[in-house]
Amino acid sequence: MAERVPRPVPLFEYVRVAIEAIAANKGRSVLTTLGVIIGVASVVVLVSLGDGVRSYLAEQFAGLGANLIIVQPGHTETSGFGPPLQNVQRPLTLGDAEILKQRATLLSGVAGDLAGGGTVSYTNRARDVMVIGVGEDFWSVRDIHVELGHPFTADDEAARRRYAILGHTVVHELFADENPLGKTIQVSGAPFLVVGVTAPKGRMLGFDLDDLVFVPVTTTQDLFNRDFVTEILAKARGRENVDAAVAQITDLLRRRHVGHVDFTVHTQQDLMGTFTRIADTMGVVVLAIASISLIVGGIGIMNIMLVSVKERTREIGVRRAVGARKSDVLAQFLVESVVVSLIGGIIGLAIGSGVITVSQIALPSLPAKMSLWIVALAFGFSAAVGILSGVLPARRAAALDPVEALRYE
Amino acid sequence: MAPPVIDCRGVERRFRMGEADVQALRGVSLRVDRGEYVAIVGPSGSGKSTLMNILGCLDSPSGGSYRLDGEPVERLSDAELAAVRNRKIGFVFQTFNLMARQTALDNVALPLVYAGVPRVERRARAREVLEHVGLGNRLDHRPDQLSGGQRQRVAVARALVTRPSLMLADEPTGNLDQATGRDVLQLFDELHAGGATIVLVTHDPQIARRARRRIEIMDGRVQADLAQEAVLG
Ligand SMILES: Nc1ncnc2c1ncn2[C@@H]1O[C@H](COP(=O)(O)OP(=O)(O)OP(=O)(O)O)[C@@H](O)[C@H]1O
Ligand SMILES: [Mg+2]
Repeated sequence: MAERVPRPVPLFEYVRVAIEAIAANKGRSVLTTLGVIIGVASVVVLVSLGDGVRSYLAEQFAGLGANLIIVQPGHTETSGFGPPLQNVQRPLTLGDAEILKQRATLLSGVAGDLAGGGTVSYTNRARDVMVIGVGEDFWSVRDIHVELGHPFTADDEAARRRYAILGHTVVHELFADENPLGKTIQVSGAPFLVVGVTAPKGRMLGFDLDDLVFVPVTTTQDLFNRDFVTEILAKARGRENVDAAVAQITDLLRRRHVGHVDFTVHTQQDLMGTFTRIADTMGVVVLAIASISLIVGGIGIMNIMLVSVKERTREIGVRRAVGARKSDVLAQFLVESVVVSLIGGIIGLAIGSGVITVSQIALPSLPAKMSLWIVALAFGFSAAVGILSGVLPARRAAALDPVEALRYE
Repeated sequence: MAPPVIDCRGVERRFRMGEADVQALRGVSLRVDRGEYVAIVGPSGSGKSTLMNILGCLDSPSGGSYRLDGEPVERLSDAELAAVRNRKIGFVFQTFNLMARQTALDNVALPLVYAGVPRVERRARAREVLEHVGLGNRLDHRPDQLSGGQRQRVAVARALVTRPSLMLADEPTGNLDQATGRDVLQLFDELHAGGATIVLVTHDPQIARRARRRIEIMDGRVQADLAQEAVLG
C-alpha cells in the first residue's frame, strides 16, 4: 500500500520551520546562543593563536638550516636549548668533528663551533658581540651565506688565521656605509682582517642572527684558550635520513669516546618540540576553558528547547494529527537546536575573526593565523553542541501523545 | 463491493486515572459506508471525542477492532499511522488548531509537507482548496487576521487538501456563533453532495438533523443509530 512507504520530508523543510520558530523569538534565541558565541569565539581566537605560534616556530626553526643535527657535550634525556653544561665529563673536540666528517656517510656537512662573547672595535667604535668560531662546513650546514668576500678556507683554519666574517648588524654599527672588506678590526684586543660579510638572516626567537662575528674555529680556540668546541653541527643528507644520521653519529662518537654516550644529539625537530610542547600545553588549557563555555552554551540551548517544546505542544499535536511521524517531530526539533547553535557558531566565528583582525592591526608581530580548518572546527563544534543539546528536548517532543498534545492549554 | 470506510467492532477505551480506571468507551460497534454523512450526538462526557480520536487514528482502542477502508489499524506502526492520518483522514477540531504564525495558505499546505509533496505543488493545491471554501482572497492572512468562521473554513480546507476518504469533525461549530456555524455546515453539506464521507460530532440537535444518519452515544455505548431524512436550512 502506498501509505506504508511515505516519502521522506526533505531536510530543508525542517530548516525552514526552525528558522521561522527562531525568528519568532529572536531576542530569546540570541541570548540562548550566548554561551556558544563565547565558546566558539574563544576557540577561534585561541586556536588561531596556537596555529600562528606553531607556524611561526616552524618558520624560525627552518631558518636554522634544513635537516640540522646538533651534537652537544654531556648527556641529557630531554632536549632543550640550554647552554652547554659546565661540568661536562668530556667535551667535544675538533677531532670528534673530523671523525664524523670522514666516516658519517649520511651527513653532507659537519662543523664544530666554539662561541664566546667578545668586544669588536673599529676606529673609535666598539660593540659587544657573540664571536663564533666556525668550521668549513658551517655555512652550508646553517644555511648562512657569505654575501661579500668569501668563507674561510681549510687553509685559513689550519693556519689559524685571524680572519673575520661580519654579520650585517655588526657591519652597520662599526662601518656604517664604509666597505668593511680588507679592513682590520680588533676582536678582544687582537687584530682581525675582515674577509667577508654574511647575508642578512633576521631574528630568531628574538636573537639577532646578524649581530655576530665569525672567525675560524681554530682561531677562536686560540683566542679563548680552549681546546674543545661548544657543539658540533651537522647536516643530514635529506629529511628521510635524519634519524639514521643521528644513529650513525651516536655510534661513531660512542666508539671514539670508548663506549660512553657522554654527548647528546638533537635534531631540529627535537628543538622545535620543546617550544611546540609549551604551545600545546597552553592550547589544552585554553581549549578546556572554551569547552566549558560550550557546555554551558549547550545546556542553555537544551533549556530553551525544552521550554520551546512545552510552548509548542499544541503545534506538535497538530503536526502529528495531519501526518507527522514521531521521527519528523524529532528531526524538526533536532534541526532547530542545531540551527540555533550554528547561528551562535557563526556569530562566534565572526567575533573571533574580528578580534584576530583587530589584534593583528594593533600588534602586527602577533602570530595569529585564521585558517579554513578553524572555520570548519567552529562549525563542527557548534553543530555538535546543537545535536547534543537537542536530543533530550527532541525526544520529549516526539514522545508526546497526539491527543494529549492537542488538548494542551 | 468496497469495504466500509469505518468498521468498528466492540471498541473499548479505558484511561488509567491513578488507582481508578475510567471506561470512556464500552464496546462501540459502528459501520460507516462511503459517502455517508453521520452525526454523533450525546451528552457531555459520553465518549464522543474519545471515539473520534480513535476513528482518526490519533488514539488506539484498548479493546475491540477498527478497520479503516478495510485495513486493521491496531497493528500499524507509528509511521504507518501517521501516513494513514495524512492520506485517509481529514480532521476538523472545535478549536481550529491552526498554526498561529503561518498564513492560511501554509496552514492548508501543512499536511502535504508530510506527504512529501514539493512546495510549488503544495501551494497550488492549497490555493485551490482555499478557493473552494471561499477564502481565495485570504490566502496570505494569518489566523489572527481571520474571523472565527474563516478560521474554521481554513481548518476544513486543511482537512480536505489531501483528498481524504474520511472527514472527521469534532464539534466544528462549537466555537462559532449560529450564523457562521451555518456557513461551515453549508460547506459540509456541499462536501457530502460531492461524495465525501463525513462523521461529525455535535451537541446541537438542529445540526444533527442535517445529517442522513444520527448516532446517539450514551455513557460510552451506542444508544441509538437512526437513518433520517436530512433537514436542510
Ligand atoms: N485522557 C483522559 N484521561 C482520563 N480520562 C479521560 C481522558 N479523555 C477522556 N476521558 C474521560 O472519558 C470520558 C469521555 O470523554 P470525551 O472527551 O470523549 O467526552 P465527550 O463526549 O467528547 O464530551 P464533550 O461533549 O464534553 O466534549 C469522560 O469521562 C472523560 O473524563
Ligand atoms: Mg468532546
